[in-house]
Amino acid sequence: MVGTALFFLFAGFAIMCAISMVYHKNPLYSAISLVGVFISLSCIYITLAAPFIAAVQILIYAGAIMVLVVFVIMLLNLDDDTGPNRLKYLYTLGGGLGVVLLAQTFFIFYAVMRAPNVPSDQTLSAGKTLTIGQAMYTEYLLPVEIVGVLLLMAIIGSVMLARRLAQPQLEIVVERESEIRHDEQ
Amino acid sequence: MEAVIKTAFPFMVITAGVVIGFQMVLMIVAYTVLAERKVLGWMQGRVGPNRVGPWGVLQPFADFLKFIFKEDITPDKSTKFVYFLAPLVALTCALMPIVVYPFGPEITSVDWSFLPMGLGEGVKALPLTIARVDVGVLFVLGITSVGVYGIMLAGWSSNSKYSLMGGLRSSAQMISYELAMGASVIGVVLLAGTLDLGGIIRAQQQSTFRWFIVPQFIGFIVFLIAAFAETNRTPFDLPEAETELVAGFHTEYSALKFALFFMAEYVNMFTVSMMCTVLFLGGWYVPGLSHVFEVGSIPYALVSHFAFIGKICAFLFLYIWVRGTLPRFRFDQLMNFGWKFLLPVALANVIVTIIVVFFLNR
Repeated sequence: MVGTALFFLFAGFAIMCAISMVYHKNPLYSAISLVGVFISLSCIYITLAAPFIAAVQILIYAGAIMVLVVFVIMLLNLDDDTGPNRLKYLYTLGGGLGVVLLAQTFFIFYAVMRAPNVPSDQTLSAGKTLTIGQAMYTEYLLPVEIVGVLLLMAIIGSVMLARRLAQPQLEIVVERESEIRHDEQ
Repeated sequence: MEAVIKTAFPFMVITAGVVIGFQMVLMIVAYTVLAERKVLGWMQGRVGPNRVGPWGVLQPFADFLKFIFKEDITPDKSTKFVYFLAPLVALTCALMPIVVYPFGPEITSVDWSFLPMGLGEGVKALPLTIARVDVGVLFVLGITSVGVYGIMLAGWSSNSKYSLMGGLRSSAQMISYELAMGASVIGVVLLAGTLDLGGIIRAQQQSTFRWFIVPQFIGFIVFLIAAFAETNRTPFDLPEAETELVAGFHTEYSALKFALFFMAEYVNMFTVSMMCTVLFLGGWYVPGLSHVFEVGSIPYALVSHFAFIGKICAFLFLYIWVRGTLPRFRFDQLMNFGWKFLLPVALANVIVTIIVVFFLNR
């Protein structure tokens, strides 16, 4: 009873934040709305007895990734005026994907209605930190390692992009760039 | 009627816990402000506030009344909603971690069957914590990292260059030092084998030498430095550096909104001190107390509780002491120190701890 009420509270908040994220013209408002979505999702995880996922959701998405996004938006200090709208075809694409998502949602409702009503196993420890850790480092070791290597590659790539070149190297890069532009003209 | 009361009873107990706990924390925070002014005064050869009440003990209330009665100014070109939201986010995120901390041991000696309508039936222990979360450490770190938004949004929405600079500095600083802080906590989590704050305290109960400050001394130092940076205190108070940024992210704030930021800073100091106590100083545990009082009795819980508060107050004093002693970092020094010294040291500490724990558990 209380659980259902809490679910509808947090789910409603998540949907409201998601809509406001999509519709706001100001990127900072969109980013704040996205943080709202993450926080309400993590509240739903807590009511579903998965505290680890909830804590990680807040720690990583709301606390780290979105902070960086907001930081970049603040640094760029974007103006309110919007550029020319050249991506009209994306509206149709987005609409189509939305319909697919809606169909999926209704399919899930349908499948849940059809499924026999099994009382949940109270001894199940799927959401516990220990179980997640054991599964990650035994059964799913390969995917974890692959993701780790991918993240390491991303870090090295961003360091390569952001590093400051020494003066002679920088001049070489600038010369090559200007040559390319000269050729194009 | 009886059924309603029986369903509502757990919520009432939790609400009572929240009210009592938050009230206690806010009182301690109010007197931390007074203590800071007094101690700084003594360190600088002054007397500090001594006009309101005997020895100035009513000063926090006088300050608070003043904050309430000041005019609340909103800058003309500020982003109104975000400007309003920022102090709320800051204070909420500062206060929320309090709910998962164990303020003392469980009280098991009381027989609760005297309660009417069988409310006390089956209740064996009264835990001195509001909510027991088995990922308490992650919860605290997560909520603390959300607290950055309060400062960032305040800086952005004020539409003032000082505020924006303060907000940018502060978010860069907090992102950088969060990593070192998280890495220094991993050592403790490895030794305790749990993310539960109560479990971490239990793992330190064998003797004083099992307090994690002994095996994790490097982790403790890293945590302490990162904690000073996370709470924007001297020597890391660049976000508000009065001399260059006037007051940083809260330059434009006045009246109660400023008071909320002010309270958030001191509540953050309190919660970080509490985290440090739980992780490294054995939480509420007092060595040898179980020989004096029976474990689980009320005096045992009370003495342990006050020992916990005492340890926290020692950390709060350290904050004030450092503020009266050290000058401020320069911003490039701060970043270099965080990324090139503190983070590698914390990571090395984690690796050594992993190896030691691996060989000890074989």
